[in-house]
Amino acid sequence: MAEEKGLSAHLGGHLRENGMLVALIVIVVFFTAILQFQPQPVNFLKAQNITNVFLQNGHVIILALGMLLVIVAGHIDLSVGSVAAFTGAFAAWLTVGVGLPFWLVIPATLIVGGLIGAMQGYWVAYWRIPSFIVTLAGMMVFRGATMWLLGGQNIGPFPKAFQGLSNGFIPDLTGLGRPHGLTLILVAAAVATMVWLGLRARRSDAAFGVTPEPMGLFIGRTLILAAAIGFVGYQLASFRGLPNVMVVLVLLTVVYAFFTENTVTGRRIYALGGNEKAARLSGIRTDRLVFLCFVNMGVLAALAGMIVTARLNSATPKAGVGFELDAIASVFIGGASMAGGSGKILGVVIGALIMGVMNMGMSILGIGIDYQQMIKGLVLLVAVIFDVYNKSK
Amino acid sequence: MAVLLEMRRISKVFPGVRALDQVDLTVEAGEIHAICGENGAGKSTLMKVLSGVYPHGSYEGDIIYDGQPLALRSIRDSEAKGIIIIHQELALVPLLSIAENLFLGNEVASRGVIDWRQAFRRTRDLLAKVGLNEAPATQVGKLGVGKQQLIEIAKALAKDVRLLILDEPTAALQENDSQKLLDLMLELKAQGVTQIIISHKLNEIGRVADRITVIRDGSTVSTMDRHEISEDRIIRDMVGRDMAHRYPERSPNPGEVLLEVQGWNVWHPEQKDRQIIRDAGFTVRKGEIVGIAGLMGAGRTELAMSLFGRSYGQGHSGQVRMGGRVVDVSTVQRAVAAGIAYVTEDRKALGLILEEPILKNISLANLAGIALRGVLDKRREAQVAEGYRRQLAIRSPGVQQKVVNLSGGNQQKVVLSKWLFTDPQVLILDEPTRGIDVGAKYEIYTIMNQLADQGRGIVMISSEMPELLGMCDRIYVMNEGRIVGELSRAEASQEKIMAMILRKTGKAA
Repeated sequence: MAEEKGLSAHLGGHLRENGMLVALIVIVVFFTAILQFQPQPVNFLKAQNITNVFLQNGHVIILALGMLLVIVAGHIDLSVGSVAAFTGAFAAWLTVGVGLPFWLVIPATLIVGGLIGAMQGYWVAYWRIPSFIVTLAGMMVFRGATMWLLGGQNIGPFPKAFQGLSNGFIPDLTGLGRPHGLTLILVAAAVATMVWLGLRARRSDAAFGVTPEPMGLFIGRTLILAAAIGFVGYQLASFRGLPNVMVVLVLLTVVYAFFTENTVTGRRIYALGGNEKAARLSGIRTDRLVFLCFVNMGVLAALAGMIVTARLNSATPKAGVGFELDAIASVFIGGASMAGGSGKILGVVIGALIMGVMNMGMSILGIGIDYQQMIKGLVLLVAVIFDVYNKSK
Repeated sequence: MAVLLEMRRISKVFPGVRALDQVDLTVEAGEIHAICGENGAGKSTLMKVLSGVYPHGSYEGDIIYDGQPLALRSIRDSEAKGIIIIHQELALVPLLSIAENLFLGNEVASRGVIDWRQAFRRTRDLLAKVGLNEAPATQVGKLGVGKQQLIEIAKALAKDVRLLILDEPTAALQENDSQKLLDLMLELKAQGVTQIIISHKLNEIGRVADRITVIRDGSTVSTMDRHEISEDRIIRDMVGRDMAHRYPERSPNPGEVLLEVQGWNVWHPEQKDRQIIRDAGFTVRKGEIVGIAGLMGAGRTELAMSLFGRSYGQGHSGQVRMGGRVVDVSTVQRAVAAGIAYVTEDRKALGLILEEPILKNISLANLAGIALRGVLDKRREAQVAEGYRRQLAIRSPGVQQKVVNLSGGNQQKVVLSKWLFTDPQVLILDEPTRGIDVGAKYEIYTIMNQLADQGRGIVMISSEMPELLGMCDRIYVMNEGRIVGELSRAEASQEKIMAMILRKTGKAA
């Protein structure tokens, strides 16, 4: 009885974190089931679809990582779609127009993205111009700059090496062929690391005097996650292996999760968003942190821009329209607060995946773009209502 | 006389604090009933229960009004019953006219269209009733506070008031405006309006009140009739304890000079030519508790914050020494590095991140102390926080508790812990006991004494003179941005401090 009470209390306390994961699983199961019972059954979980979810939504996840920091700091960045388009066009121009190799193009573009972020962050951080206005201006300026740079035309196609940024897969160093050996090894390593980190966190929870989550729940959740990762990994291995984009995504997610939760600078960004005045009076240089959040956002927007450009094999003036809204929606579905100071990297990634899985599922079902937009809008609203309702209880 | 209102055993609990504990209040029809009590005694909370700000169900106990049980859901409900409260902070819209303000939310209209002719006529009637000779179209923001207060009362009359509650109505008024207001109260009483007045000013209460109820620490202490009223008894009931035991014992042992400020000047952050701090200088010794007294607006907080990393004002000049050496306090980081900590008077807005747990708040000012090469050691963080939780007796289930759920006293201890973790030599405490209950005050005083005994220097800014007299070894008196005097513990008294403030003001004028 006591055990049960502990379980329900724990679930209540961590509803949000586990709730997002459950929602993602429910959505996946829902589409899998409904597609099985179509007149012509479709396997939703086939390797190609799984690969595509990551390929088609990689840029949203990358933008959402940066957007989380901006939103945690109490700001917003509406310009990321335009900045991604501009940096994508810039990379295309360097590659095709100037003829630079990809290993020069990538750092150069990231630097330009950082400079754009610095330009916007400067006004927000040091002049206290509202970020909504600065980045709304940036949204228009860089859309225009994209058109100017492209001269109203598309640039492409690109050499294989640059395309590999988005369409490539990791090489199989084991020579196993199919299933892809290196993919299997990496996935196994990832599962093992996850279990090890989970166990370590439980031990330190006990040391902090935090009531650890009930053992049953921990085992259950870890098993489900391990099974899901194993399944996805095996499917990917049996198709073409790990896409390069996915390697980038996993690395960035791990790095940003560590940064936000375990570093001094990460902690300070949350403090700044939670109460800027208190943070400043505690000796935290809040303006510099806001500036850095925007620089980081610019760099990630440039990365997203290059990945999208490489995937389309063409830089177009209309690229990146609406990216900012996808990224912002992912952050809020992922549990961040509009007021700043809260939100987790893992939640944001799951938020972006929920949007991505729904896009793909609805497209396969043949649901029109009109209904897709409405449904996605309602999902965002429901997720945030769920948050507010939980807090008011 | 018939009883109009009876509040029985009203209790109201906020997270971590019991604001009201079985309060009883009986108000007879047609009387002026005064409620007295210290800051934080629960007077305003009781009135918020009565006016529906805290709806039925959010408190315990019964309210009987006009013979009927009362279950209010909102202020609208209470106003429909003729119960109208006028808050300390006036609720007028400065950019709207008198007529618009009087009928705000209660417009003279048919089907949504305002009948201005009738609104103006009724405005003139109401203004005549409160004795105010102003045109109905006058913008409210252009009137003085005294007249605005009268407009608040006219607004209440516009709603057919039966029970008028005035929360410290004369706090912001000049003497003659106060007299006018009190006359109006007596006039309304003659017209049959029952009134409740919350006030600190005993002479006013003596003039208008028929009965007095004294509230202390959330409970009713006594109710007296007009002929029983005496200032001594009111004070005794309000304070309810021996002054001698309000402050813990300490035998001060001041050492060498620790902090020395000389010729400190600061100008207003927006108005370049307005000097806020003028040539201020003071010293703090090791193991000494130094008080800074002064009225509101004397510049005490501004002095402290400008010293702490120029967190207030511009154009700073002057010298700050720590242990004889000139130190740079131009940023918060540098001030902290020099060994200074500032505990703000506004802990919710400036001191804490309310939605974060205790441990993250405690580590905030010294993250380097729990990190290695920029990476946080969360185990160490928890140990540090747990250490302070025990040492300062922060009452909470654990250090993972969000500070928003703590009582004022425990929140203050979290802020103190945050600054103690930076290991400061001098702590500037700005109103350290504001808004916390009596028991917690005593604990804060005890902590202050311990810190002084450890050889730290303490600067205590406070608006409560008894507290300064009870705690400090020396007291500086501030007025209009200057330090106008210094008193040792032996010479200090409330009268001397007030005299210093008033005499210097007179000279300047």
